[in-house]
Amino acid sequence: MTDILPFLKSMISVSGVSGYETPIAKIIKEKWDTLVDETSMSRVGSLHGLKKGSGKSPRPSVMIATHMDAIGMMVSKITEGFLHITKVGGIDVRVLPGAEVTVHASSGDELHGVIVMPSARLLPESVGDGVLEINYLLVDTGLTPREVEKKVRVGDLVSFANEPIDLAGDVVSGHTLDNRSSVAALTVCLEELQNKSHLWDVWAVATVQEETSYLGGYSSAFALRPQIAIAVDGTFAKGPGANGWQTFPLGKGVGLCMGPNMHPFLHKKLKELADKLEIPWFLDVAPSHSGTDAYPMQVTAEGIPTALIDFPIRYMHTPVESVAVKDIQRAGRLLAEFIASLEADFVETIIWE
Amino acid sequence: MPTFGNAQLKLLEKLTNVIGISGDEGEVRKIVIEEIKSYVDNVRVDALGNVLAIRLGRARSGKRVRVMVDAHMDEVGFFIVAEDGEGIYRFETIGGIDIRFLIGKQVFVGRDRIPGVIGGKPIHLMDGDERSRKVPLESLRIDLGPAGKANVGDRAGFATKFRRVGPSIMAKSIDDRIGVATLIELLKNAPSNIDLCAAFTVQEEIDLRGAKVAAQYFDPDLALAIDSTPAHDLPVYDGGENMSYNTKLGYGPAIYIADASTLHDPRLVRFLQETAESETIPYQFRQPGGGDTDSSAIQRSLAGIPTVSVSVPHRYTHSPVSISRVDDWKNTINLLHAALKKITPSLIAKRWTSP
Repeated sequence: MTDILPFLKSMISVSGVSGYETPIAKIIKEKWDTLVDETSMSRVGSLHGLKKGSGKSPRPSVMIATHMDAIGMMVSKITEGFLHITKVGGIDVRVLPGAEVTVHASSGDELHGVIVMPSARLLPESVGDGVLEINYLLVDTGLTPREVEKKVRVGDLVSFANEPIDLAGDVVSGHTLDNRSSVAALTVCLEELQNKSHLWDVWAVATVQEETSYLGGYSSAFALRPQIAIAVDGTFAKGPGANGWQTFPLGKGVGLCMGPNMHPFLHKKLKELADKLEIPWFLDVAPSHSGTDAYPMQVTAEGIPTALIDFPIRYMHTPVESVAVKDIQRAGRLLAEFIASLEADFVETIIWE
Repeated sequence: MPTFGNAQLKLLEKLTNVIGISGDEGEVRKIVIEEIKSYVDNVRVDALGNVLAIRLGRARSGKRVRVMVDAHMDEVGFFIVAEDGEGIYRFETIGGIDIRFLIGKQVFVGRDRIPGVIGGKPIHLMDGDERSRKVPLESLRIDLGPAGKANVGDRAGFATKFRRVGPSIMAKSIDDRIGVATLIELLKNAPSNIDLCAAFTVQEEIDLRGAKVAAQYFDPDLALAIDSTPAHDLPVYDGGENMSYNTKLGYGPAIYIADASTLHDPRLVRFLQETAESETIPYQFRQPGGGDTDSSAIQRSLAGIPTVSVSVPHRYTHSPVSISRVDDWKNTINLLHAALKKITPSLIAKRWTSP
């Protein structure tokens, strides 16, 4: 198995805030172009990679969705050279003070900045030293007000800028591992498939706007009409502050998710395969909505049998999300083996008990 | 004027990228000694870890004023206090750190700079009420990864890297590595009319402990503390006038008149002001108010020492990233250099006069 870490790090070193995924799409396309037969962009910016199967045409297809967009921020107002910001996606404002960011300025410049808290003396008394809502936070770029006003406009994007770091025990930490680590898992799958035969067509899809509206999940599933769909996303790792039933140990295997959002038959097949391959897995449950691209794909067109493979990410939606590289590789391998195992008539065998 | 350019900025980069939490200033000490040793007549490390160096003047002994110039080497940070297992550690803060800065930060732990992160609970697993509460220190951990190993007693600091942005620098621990770098430059360019007693002190952030013993060792005629003071020059939330900015970036070195613990020596305040004006170096008075510097400990040492402080302003004190203006730093070096050159015994021999 190739080392996926350098590619993953390159992916979390660029931006791709929901709705503005072009920088990350370029990097993924460059990689996938070496692994699939053709790539194209959807009408709304998702990346589609087609790896053709060896079965008789017309071949059934499986769509694997990994979202490439990231939570981030946007400039909402400029005062005396300081930028006010608003959220794009689900951000806990408490992770923002002191975070280093890149301001993607209208001028074309990428400005380095830091999110700051004005001191209490400049804020309403009721705020004091409590949690500062986003309307009180500012971005300081270190530039003079004049320079800022020349370069930055309302609506410019702001993304996290901290570089990835390696933690002891095969764990990488950085921003946007949700969900670039799943894109990495899908890339591992495509690499594995280079040496395997598979009857089905494979649509590798890096979707847009999962964090905000599932736009990519809906639109690509509709455009590609796969026979089955699998989403790959992060789930919650156990760790400081997170120990409930929704959390799982970091680096101990992949999650196979069940619940109304997933087709039980696909779930069962994935479990059986993981057992056969001795890939460690745990049962993840989503009692209602999985909060992933599995949802939009399931309800697209006439409905698509859908599964969800995930793996634990610690500190999700913070700039120091952490993931075990082993889990990414396991998810990629399971995907590849599953795809290779699909018989030409697999769709007909999908049943409700 | 001392030369100012890339070499000085490189020195500041080196000084702000190393970690030296109060009580564990070794990494800074190493750089300081290396930089100054060939310029000074004597250098020693004292019982607390202060680096104390003297560069003697060339004027006739008795004519030379003994001037202590102080800058503290330590910075705020973290102290590992307990191990939770699987690479996860509890920590205490050292110095005045606002814990609202901690979630989502990368840190380095121990002398080997083991990388770690301070994480937070995912937003998905919280209700709205929890999101509006501050996360207390006892809920925060430093996470080195499942195979990570640190020791109780290790210090940790922010992993921020120095960078230049436009007219500014962004770095951790500008407070007070910018003072340390200034003092190094002054030693390298010391004028011959004084005996320059350089005190690179420890533990300023936790009670000014180093400065007290340094003053007692040097027994100077007068003292100058170089520090870095907050600039609260941000907009007020309701668009009103900012009346309590403390200092402003871009307005030059900040001369202290009064802070929470020290009324700075009026003769020295006036002297610095006059020097700045005669040399046309921009300066500002720090708004009288809170805070303190090593001046507080020095002024009260021995039989009392005439003392003043000068700071390079920075925004975002004791946070992972502070911002200062390069020109403010350059002007601080220039002002202090010009002032040292003008010091004569009459400066403090003058009797008190009403203003």
